[in-house]
Order: sequence, then C-alpha cells, then structure tokens
Amino acid sequence: MVMDELYRDQILEHYKRPHNFGRLEDFDLDYEDTNPLCGDEQHVYIKLDEDGRVSDVSFEGQGCAISTAATSLLTDELEGLTREELIRIPKEEVLELLGIQISATRMKCAMLGVKVVKSAALGEPADWEDEGRQGDPSDPSRSGL
Amino acid sequence: MEPAATTPSFSIDRIRASFPALEREVGGKPVAYLDSGASSQRALASIEAVDRYERRHHANVHRGSHTMSAEATAAYEGARATVADHLGAADRRELIFVRNATEAINLVARAWGDANIGSGDRIVLTIMEHHSNIVPWQQLAERTGAVIDWVGVDQLGCLLESELDAALARGPKLVAVTHLSNVLGTLNPIAEIAAKAHAVGALILIDGAQAAAKIPVDVGELGVDFYAITGHKIYGPTGIGALWARLELLKEMPPFLGGGSMIRKVTTAGSTYADPPARFEAGTPAISQAIGLAAAIRWLDGLGMEVARAHEREITAYAMSSLAEVPDLRIFGPPASPERLGPVSFQLEGIHGHDVAEILDRHGVAVRSGHHCAHPLMEHLGVPATARASFGIYTTDEEIDRLVIGLADARRIFNG
Repeated sequence: MVMDELYRDQILEHYKRPHNFGRLEDFDLDYEDTNPLCGDEQHVYIKLDEDGRVSDVSFEGQGCAISTAATSLLTDELEGLTREELIRIPKEEVLELLGIQISATRMKCAMLGVKVVKSAALGEPADWEDEGRQGDPSDPSRSGL
Repeated sequence: MEPAATTPSFSIDRIRASFPALEREVGGKPVAYLDSGASSQRALASIEAVDRYERRHHANVHRGSHTMSAEATAAYEGARATVADHLGAADRRELIFVRNATEAINLVARAWGDANIGSGDRIVLTIMEHHSNIVPWQQLAERTGAVIDWVGVDQLGCLLESELDAALARGPKLVAVTHLSNVLGTLNPIAEIAAKAHAVGALILIDGAQAAAKIPVDVGELGVDFYAITGHKIYGPTGIGALWARLELLKEMPPFLGGGSMIRKVTTAGSTYADPPARFEAGTPAISQAIGLAAAIRWLDGLGMEVARAHEREITAYAMSSLAEVPDLRIFGPPASPERLGPVSFQLEGIHGHDVAEILDRHGVAVRSGHHCAHPLMEHLGVPATARASFGIYTTDEEIDRLVIGLADARRIFNG
C-alpha cells in the first residue's frame, strides 16, 4: 500500500475537522475510554429520542488521524439506531467507512470509537474488536501473514 | 556527515555486523532501528551463547549431580558474576535474576517494602519515572498507608532540586528514581541524590533500565542501595533482568515469591528460607536468558562502557541538532550536554505521534510513539503522546538523516 492511501484526503479531512466533535449539552448515554497502547482518549455522548433511538451524538478527545477519522465517520452513521443496534455494529462497518487497509498495529486506533459507542450503549466496557490473525512471521507453515 | 567515530578502535561497521537484525529491510529499505529504548536489538554473541547452551548444556540448575546440570549451573552462576561485575557489585550474591526491571522493583516493593514501610511513612518518586517505578510504590502505599511525595521537573526536564530537598526534609524511608529518563534523556545526578537520601536516613532505589546499556554503572561509586536493570535493553534477551541490592539488605529481606530453590528446609509445619540470592529466585530460573544476558554484557564490556557513553553522547547531539532543523518540531528534554543522552522525544505540530511513527515506518525508520509508560510526565508536558527516537551502540548518523527525511514526508502528507 502506498502511504498516501492510508492518509488519503478523506482521512486527513476528518482528522483536521472531525464531524460531531465536542460535548453534547444534553445526553442520555456517555462513555470514555483510552487506547492502552498509545493513551488516546475518546469520550462519546449520545442523546436518545422518545423511541430510544439516537437523535444526536458527539465525541471529544485526542487521538491520531486514524482514531479521530474513524470516530468522526462512525458518528455520522448513528442517528436513528437503538441501543441494541449500537451494540451490534460490526467491525467491518468501521473498516468500510474508513475505506483503507488497517494493519494489526493500528486496529485499536480504528476501533477505539466503536468500542466507546458500544460501551456507552451497554453501560459497561465493551470488548475490543478482534485484531486479526496473529502468529510467527517467519514460520514457513503459516501463510497469509 | 561521517558516521560517528568515537575512538580509533570504534568501527561502527564492525559493531553493526554484530547485530543480525540490522541487516533486514523494512518497507524495501534497510531498517533504521531507532527504538532501542523500548528494546534493543540482540547481539550476535548473545544469540550464539543461548544457542550453544540450548544445543549442548541444558539441564536444570542447582538440582543434580550429573554433568549437564553441573554445566548448566556453572553457566548460570557465571552469568550472575558477569552481570554483578558489570554493575560494580562487591559480591556476586548481591545480584538476583528476575524477569525484567519491573519485576526487580516489585521485588523490592514487596519484600523490603512490606517489611519496612508502615502507615504514614513517606516514599519519594519523581514525575519522570516509568510506570514500572511508580505503580509498585502506589500498590505498596495502598497496602500500608504510606504516602508518596513527588519531585517535579523544570522546564528543561531536569529534576527540581528544591522539590527534592523539600521531600527529603519530610524524612522519607525510600527514594526511587530513574538513572536516565526514558522520555527526556535526562541523566540524573544519582550519586548526589543518594548522598542526600542517606543523610536523612532513606534508602535509594535506581531504575537503571535505560542507563545500564549506555553509561558505566558502578553501584558502589553511586552509593545506592538497589539498582534494577533489564536484559533486552542491553542487547540481551527478553525475560531476564537483574536486581542488585546491598548484601546486608538482602540478608534481612523476607522472600518475594515462594517455591522451589528459595528454601532451606520445608516441613509440613513450615519452611525456612535460603540465603541470598537463592532466597529471591523461586522456581526454575530463566537459565538460557541469563546466559544470553551475560554474553551480551561481555560483548559490550569488551567494547567498553566509556566508548558506549561517548557514542551515545555523539549520536544524541547529532540527532538534536538535526531535528532542530525540522520546522514545527518540538523536542522534549534538556538541551544537548554531556548529561543529556537519548532518547529524543518530539512532537510534530498537528501530527499525532502514532501517525508520525506509521509514516516513518514506511521509510524503514522504526520509532516509538505513545505515552512511553510515563503518564505523569506526559501530563506535565501537556501532550497525550510523543514520538521518540532512541539509540543503541549501532546507531549511525545516516539513520538520523533518514529520520529527518521521513519527518519531512510526514509534514508533506499532513500539511500538503
């Protein structure tokens, strides 16, 4: 992958000017978590309507281009979802929104936002998404690494 | 720029040939490994010593009268003597093998701390400590009701003497401080701090994880009580580190972990414990790793720690002057001086350290990004994360030049 593909314009745009950034004055759910590898922090605020669907969402925190862009893109997609639907957002949806290949070392960056959203919906810490296949890079019996 | 030529006998090419991993490529380029502060590459002498031992001599230590066990025991105890000598220990029994510097500090916090620290007792830490020299003391404070006093750093990143003096005036039982900051590259005046600590009746523990590979260490000259190192930052294996402690302290300390090897006699009614160092080495130790560590240290000592220090000073000064030319780059830590070693931590305006490291990786340049296990210091610096270039005995000026080129690329990508 060429480098400018990872840091293509859409990612940099969302990093420099993230959507839904800041703190909601009025919210029903919120959660804050950090990426233990790098210390990045994100705090998500969610407002629900009378049907229990997301009517507004925001996030704040500090992070790298990948984590900031991922959460910026994700928060654009959450309106109208129920708590149950938030909890079931697949990892693949975040990767599709980013539209770039994410290496195992950056997977936590990409998945911090969805983890915080799920944690807010659950009211307790959600698990990290799977980081993909791991193994000995020199083991000739392994392929696909 | 010419490669650093510290002394006529210092051949950077010959040194680099002693580290097989430096031959590999990353991103289609030879790796410029600027992450030795996180973990150094492994000396060939260490790799070969482990290989020799494991192919031919391995058995459990201290347990059998058969030939291979005797050979393994001789190798393991020889490793202890090598590491003890490297640190200037008066007696090899003062050297305890542990997994890493973190375990060394936990050993002191548990074995010495639980026996000697009580409610209201004070422990002095600095905000430039690695989490490994913070959390064990916080846990000890939680167990005992002890109080931690923090010594801050000035704007340059040097310890504030006034805050140290104020903390010492409260009569602490222990001062725990790093020899060399893993973020700022500040070399602390340990002999001076140790004398002051002892003057108020405190013991002093030094986190030597960063320093041991870079400067001559003589625990006697420093006048300290505990000194912790780790193997994988001094060109040896992971899974092995050492705690040096004064023998009279070790003799009084209760065990850390219980199990085989650390006992004198076990009955159904209870157990009595072995003398140091065995008292603190429960279970089968990391024999291969201890042998690998000793081989790495013998290799390094063959070169000479004065040579290692001179190289570290030169490469740090070159890195700092090179990075000063990069626009919008902030360097953390003291300005170049003989007491300013690596690592060099920095931040590129508007670009997160994680992204800097990712872009550098595409150039084959390996740096660390993040909080460097130093949250209190990051908070003091007012940054969530930095990028950090750290050096080894094999680091060249050319690798620093490639770092600078990679940083220019990061600026191009982010700023257009």
